[in-house]
Amino acid sequence: MDILLTVLLTALLAAPLGLLIARLYAAPASRLTSGLLRLCGVNAALGMNWRQYSVALLGTNAVLAAAAYLVLVTQGALPLNPDHIGAMRWDTALHTAASFITNTNQQHYSGQSGLSYFSQLVAIVTLQFVTPAAGMAALFAVLRGLRGEVNVGNYYLDVTRALGALLPASLLLAVLLTSQGVPSTWSGAKSATLLQPQRVEGQLLTTQTIPVGPVAAMVAIKQLGTNGGGWYGPNSSTPLENPTPLSNLASMVSLILFPVSLVIASGVFLNRRRFSAALLGVMTVTSAALITGVVLAERQPNAALLGHAARGGNMEGKEVRLGTDATALWASLTTQTSNGSVSGMHDSLNPLGGLVPQLGMFLNDVYGGIGVGMINMLVFVILTVFIAGLMVGRTPELFGRKIEVREIKLASLLILLQPALVLGFTALTLAVPSLSGTSNPGFHGLSQVLYEYNSAYANNGSGFEGLGDNTPWWNVTCAAVLILARFLPILAPLAIAGLLATKKAAPETSGTLRVDTPVFAGMLLGVMVLLQLLNFAPALVLGPVAEQLSLTRAAATTPAASTAATTPATTPAAPTPAAVPTTHSAPLTGAAR
Amino acid sequence: MTTQSINPKPDTLPDTPAEPSFQAGPQPGVLSWLTFGALWIAVCGLAYPAVTTLLAGGLFPAQANGSLITRGTQVVGSALVGQTFTGDGYFIGRPSAAGSGYDPVNASGSNLAPSNPALRERVQALSRQIAAREGVSADRIPPDLLTASGSGLDPHISPAGAQLQVPRIARVRGLSQGVVLKLIADATERSPLGLGQPGVNVLRLNLALDAAAPLPGAATPAR
Repeated sequence: MDILLTVLLTALLAAPLGLLIARLYAAPASRLTSGLLRLCGVNAALGMNWRQYSVALLGTNAVLAAAAYLVLVTQGALPLNPDHIGAMRWDTALHTAASFITNTNQQHYSGQSGLSYFSQLVAIVTLQFVTPAAGMAALFAVLRGLRGEVNVGNYYLDVTRALGALLPASLLLAVLLTSQGVPSTWSGAKSATLLQPQRVEGQLLTTQTIPVGPVAAMVAIKQLGTNGGGWYGPNSSTPLENPTPLSNLASMVSLILFPVSLVIASGVFLNRRRFSAALLGVMTVTSAALITGVVLAERQPNAALLGHAARGGNMEGKEVRLGTDATALWASLTTQTSNGSVSGMHDSLNPLGGLVPQLGMFLNDVYGGIGVGMINMLVFVILTVFIAGLMVGRTPELFGRKIEVREIKLASLLILLQPALVLGFTALTLAVPSLSGTSNPGFHGLSQVLYEYNSAYANNGSGFEGLGDNTPWWNVTCAAVLILARFLPILAPLAIAGLLATKKAAPETSGTLRVDTPVFAGMLLGVMVLLQLLNFAPALVLGPVAEQLSLTRAAATTPAASTAATTPATTPAAPTPAAVPTTHSAPLTGAAR
Repeated sequence: MTTQSINPKPDTLPDTPAEPSFQAGPQPGVLSWLTFGALWIAVCGLAYPAVTTLLAGGLFPAQANGSLITRGTQVVGSALVGQTFTGDGYFIGRPSAAGSGYDPVNASGSNLAPSNPALRERVQALSRQIAAREGVSADRIPPDLLTASGSGLDPHISPAGAQLQVPRIARVRGLSQGVVLKLIADATERSPLGLGQPGVNVLRLNLALDAAAPLPGAATPAR
């Protein structure tokens, strides 16, 4: 039911929103917009070529990243800090600023205990609005280039247009979320008297501290802006952040809505609706396959419960009110769209259930982050046109413009960058076990490291959260991956579009390769799978596939009673959850984020 | 539009007005980057949350403040946050990995992989404990009672997980099983349209239990 309604609501809302966005980007600047831009010394009618557009994008992003870093390292002395939270460590703050300026929202801290309200709003929420707006702006600049316009637009105006769509949508969603129970207050943490006082390490615990705050405002934009993360460490699995199945439905539709509608908006803006329908078809087929994979995997029991419980889906790391289907759907959608907020713990997914989100992030263009997902897809269109051109022996061209050496070099750079950074850093980190911080032994430890760099490269932000990642090594290397993987995949396609725009368009004839046919769509799908997924197949075989096989073997040969027999424990520093949880004698893990 | 002349099958005419022609001129510099940043910090980081929090808090004050539950004048918890219960007199919730258990400041899942021996050991020990406590065989224990939730704060257990505990609760509290089942039905929360899963709110259920039949000689806090 959750799956059906999510699909239906998205389908209903995406088309009108797509049309609206296309109109927004074709209309002249409103008086309010021009006025705001004049405040910043920007003439709304000023045009930019692709180089000037890139400079504006990098310059404004650098200013906001620096501001966010400064706020985080000084938050202890800043206002709006009712719970007296201290300054953030330099490396965590560096990673956090990089993570939020790149629309990733990978968190190596726990918001409810690590950020003041001022930081949550000024540093986090600001970037959660501006970064999807920058992605949307970049998409329309690329589209203008593909239309043959050397003048790719005005960056400041394009960002402002996107914010004009994101701000009212977030306000509506925030009110809806509050009606379901997401806190919306300036008050500090609440204190409650426990119904049954508990003895913890010899001390009598009689109260429970419940962090609140202006949570709904943040949660709304983190979902709508393909941001991810969360006010609370466990994101939208936290009942205060996602209280009911209804808030869950609204959150899921919100996280997929803008990426889908931007595909539609692109078709309208290019005046090539059949082309965008073909892309939408490729994305939707892939998306359906990924969703099916996680849902089926999570309906299987958790191997650790075999012989000790009634049969049922994998509930470790999941919430009762959401159940396995809705959580699996979220896990798939959040990794397809570069959102990255979670509603259940991906570390505890069944091995194959944890593999599929990794596929979504490797692809990163089904439907991808706001703006950037569609840009990634256009790069694959160019590569597919090139490969198809080679196959039939014709000069490859897109929309009548020749694709030549420089364009293909830039596109190839992006294809090589992903495996180089993701696999390179994974190998490096695993080679030095004291750096890795893995909390699960055996094959799963490899998956944890791979997932973290994959998530950083995809600007996704979700994680196998048992990983002890708040260390200088993780913070600095992830920050580097985040920045490279955000800006190169924006700037290179912008350059390609800018270069294409300067070329003379040849008339399309019956011999021209059509890019809006089912055949081309099939070819595109094939190129995506070959170029993006096969790179990572060996790593996935060593991680989740091997884990699944070891569990299957264990279940077949020995009853679940044998414990440490099958998986070699190679990792140090794994917190060993020892005892029975209801007695409070030992926490299950120390890895709360 | 340049593309239109070369499109073999032009779609319908564009329903969007043409892009205004851009002007040439000097590009905005560092000062514009700074003011542009400051503008959106003021609008998105300050004005938007202020308006949202004012509006949402005004419309839904109880939810906006954490859905707190009071007994008499005392705040005894939130409908959205579970608490640890032990012993035979209360319904017992799911295992929690949040700090020392159900600690919202340290909200967390266990993050244990299905292949982790530590998870198997935890499940095994808890399964034995529940089987002994409720007098049932292990294959009747629903998975949610043996698994830690994602947040460590899950306020719910499955209806089957609550029903499993009925004979024990009825015995200790001196209530008929029918009365206890009625209390479970009252504390079961469902969403419209068949969304999600029905869940029994353990804190609300235990509060109702205390109101129906106080624990004999137990450390229940006075009203």
